[in-house]
Amino acid sequence: MNFSEVIQQLVNGISLGSLYGLVAIGYTMVYGVLRLINFAHGDIMMVGTYMAFFGVSAFLLPWWASFIFAMVLAALLGVVIDKVAYKPLRSASRISSLITAIGVSFLLENLFLVLFGGVPKAFPIPKLFAGSLNIGGVILPFVSIFAPVLGIVFLLILLQLLHHTKYGMAMRALSLDIETTRIMGVNVDAVISLVFAIGSALAAAGGILWSLKYPSINPLMGILPGLKAFAAAVLGGIGDVTGAAIGGFIIGVSEILIVAIFPELAGYKDAFAFLLLILVLLFKPTGIMGKDLGGRF
Amino acid sequence: MNKKRNSLLTIASIVALFLFLWYASAHFNKYSIRILNDIAIFMMLAVSYNLINGVTGQFSLEPNGFTAIGAYVSSLLTLTAAQKHAMFIIVPMIHPLDTLHLPFLAALIVGGLVTALVGFILAFPVFRVRGDYLAIVTLGFGLVIRVFSNNAISVTNGPLGLKGIGAYTNLWWSWGWAVFSLIVIMRLVNSGYGRAMKAIRDDEDAAIAMGINSFKIKMIAFVTSAFFEGVAGGLLAHLITTISPTLFTFFLTFNLLIIIVVGGLGSMTGTVIATVMVVWGSELLRVVDQPMHLFSFTIPGVPGMRMILFSVLLIVIMLFAREGIMGQKEFSWNGFLNFLRHRKQK
Repeated sequence: MNFSEVIQQLVNGISLGSLYGLVAIGYTMVYGVLRLINFAHGDIMMVGTYMAFFGVSAFLLPWWASFIFAMVLAALLGVVIDKVAYKPLRSASRISSLITAIGVSFLLENLFLVLFGGVPKAFPIPKLFAGSLNIGGVILPFVSIFAPVLGIVFLLILLQLLHHTKYGMAMRALSLDIETTRIMGVNVDAVISLVFAIGSALAAAGGILWSLKYPSINPLMGILPGLKAFAAAVLGGIGDVTGAAIGGFIIGVSEILIVAIFPELAGYKDAFAFLLLILVLLFKPTGIMGKDLGGRF
Repeated sequence: MNKKRNSLLTIASIVALFLFLWYASAHFNKYSIRILNDIAIFMMLAVSYNLINGVTGQFSLEPNGFTAIGAYVSSLLTLTAAQKHAMFIIVPMIHPLDTLHLPFLAALIVGGLVTALVGFILAFPVFRVRGDYLAIVTLGFGLVIRVFSNNAISVTNGPLGLKGIGAYTNLWWSWGWAVFSLIVIMRLVNSGYGRAMKAIRDDEDAAIAMGINSFKIKMIAFVTSAFFEGVAGGLLAHLITTISPTLFTFFLTFNLLIIIVVGGLGSMTGTVIATVMVVWGSELLRVVDQPMHLFSFTIPGVPGMRMILFSVLLIVIMLFAREGIMGQKEFSWNGFLNFLRHRKQK
């Protein structure tokens, strides 16, 4: 492998990793606040992508409007799922909300299978993203530049929100102790809704970028990226937003590099993130940026 | 004295069950026998699944991956060398496996043991941290096992799958194993280990403070479940005689989750009742996928509608009837006889 090929693979890996990172942020925020693995998160990403698809192809919106439309709808969906399926179970045993989470995930997948069929649909790519740059033999598709840039912009906005606003302070307080935060007069339910809204909107953004890169969408498309994003969140240190983004980049880059170096392992590509998850749990369960979230839960 | 009477009653009801099966195998049609076999295998799966989820309180999504291992291992062992040679047309099978041949029972047990070992390896990193990750690790494992069975062609024959597996599973095998696993798991639940499992479910920190080794207890529950799920996978493979990577989807796990939730998390009695209801009920529910005629209207059938109904059912039960049918209660002969006496007095 010569130098420009290495750079090429790195570019591919970074743009893939930023997608995992965007999805992982939602996982890590919800887990940080509620200690709940939101199994429906990957499916929210799928729904967001479908909404963008319909925005462009059915409602004939310009692409940027339909992307915003999709993110808003995904945020709404996340909030509704929390209100309907998770909130009534906050005081029940932890296994109850995990079971409803898996129920919601299965419901979304099958609802979309019945409504729109299992045949993959071609995602319309706006002209702006269709081209690519060629710098010294390294091909940079516009999507591959756009995805990490957008990912980092979203991350910076989110960090600003978390550390320099009252809502962010409330979120960080929630992740330490919900009941005490409630006593301090914080409207806990509103803040939790905000967490779901932000996470789901970012998942939709990740899904849209995903389909600009791989322009074929189907109702089961959220499962694998969702799982890898969760591995990224654990790798980065669950509960930590920056960690989730870093974990996403690491998983994306290493997945691409492994296939580039050992082409015969390409079939096992999807198993790699899983192996990494097991290794992280074995050797550094708190992840890269992680702090211990108060012992065992 | 009560204890002796209760064991006699239990033995009598097992004998009655097998008398019924003897009658069924001679007089029932193929379709009904198939449903009876399904009920037995699902019962075995659901009871083991409830041990880790309901009794120990560790949410896990392993059954589809684990039955796949049991199915593959045991079928590879019962297939003859000639059959394997003829079947592996893409890549020949790797050496020691291609001539290995075992009788059915031994193959089932080896399948169960391999699954238990895999369960141990998977759960080891998870239980050292917090049990939360068990669900995501087992969910991921279900996907990885499919990646593996598609790609490790010299072991699993890849996407072509295995064909011509001997149809050894009959009512005796399936119900024999179902009753055996139920007895073993009930004995486990009622032992000191079982009480430790329930303690961990109700409050893990308190259980640890009481001196319970929570890592060991969770591991015992998970590995026991894994063993019986592996055996059930073997029984399933020798019932349908053809297996391929696409067979063991998440839908299997989802079905079992509904069974243990409907029956009541932690209640084996509830699980047994719910297995019969759900396996039978989903046969009846097949009408939903087909066109329906109500009065003079025709409602077009929607394929996949069953899955939507199932997931809505699961969410609704969790939200409004979390106890399921039995809650955490179990059937006991004392309770049953008291109930009968009470009715007579009225």
